[in-house]
Amino acid sequence: MTVLALVLPFAIGAFGVALLLAAYRLLRGPTLPDRILGLDTLYINTMALLVLLGIRFDTALYFEAALVIAMLGFVSTVVLSKFLLRGDIVE
Amino acid sequence: MNALPIWLDVLIAVLIVIGAGFALIGSFGLAKLSDFLKRVHGPTKASTLGVGCVLIASAAYFTAGALSRGEGASVHELMITLFVFLTAPVSAHLLVKAALKLDPTMRPPAPPDDRGQRRSESRPS
Repeated sequence: MTVLALVLPFAIGAFGVALLLAAYRLLRGPTLPDRILGLDTLYINTMALLVLLGIRFDTALYFEAALVIAMLGFVSTVVLSKFLLRGDIVE
Repeated sequence: MNALPIWLDVLIAVLIVIGAGFALIGSFGLAKLSDFLKRVHGPTKASTLGVGCVLIASAAYFTAGALSRGEGASVHELMITLFVFLTAPVSAHLLVKAALKLDPTMRPPAPPDDRGQRRSESRPS
């Protein structure tokens, strides 16, 4: 049993708890920017969780999913913030 | 899992533990802190440091695996790392701008100047 194999389940569990806390802020958040911030944290933690699962199962398949989540998540955060700023997306 | 040298194994494990700890603390701050401008702090640090550590650990792991098979280094995790490092400050900046637009009273007062006197309130509209 290597150190990495010992540590990985705890790290995946920590990321799961982090996802739950971000989802709590997403559902509960009193203002709209709070909800967008919760969504932002949610996708970034999901990305890291996918990378950890790629190490756990020793496959590079999850990397593409993480890349797509990173790009689409950034675009969605920017678009939602622009919508709050301007009240419109396409100017 | 393929067999790694012990120092690389411990290094990757330490990077993953640091990254998971940062992500957990950042999300806990997001759920726990009281004000939006305070809540922004947690996830922005977590997304750069925590996710950065995890991605570098993944790059080291797959690079070691590829080198043991006689292939080239695996650097595409560094692409996500670079992307996250570039985009996380941008999205946090836009979020704070949107929050200040929705509620301008949230803006903290300006710090006093060198003589310790309050600056006059010249708030941009």
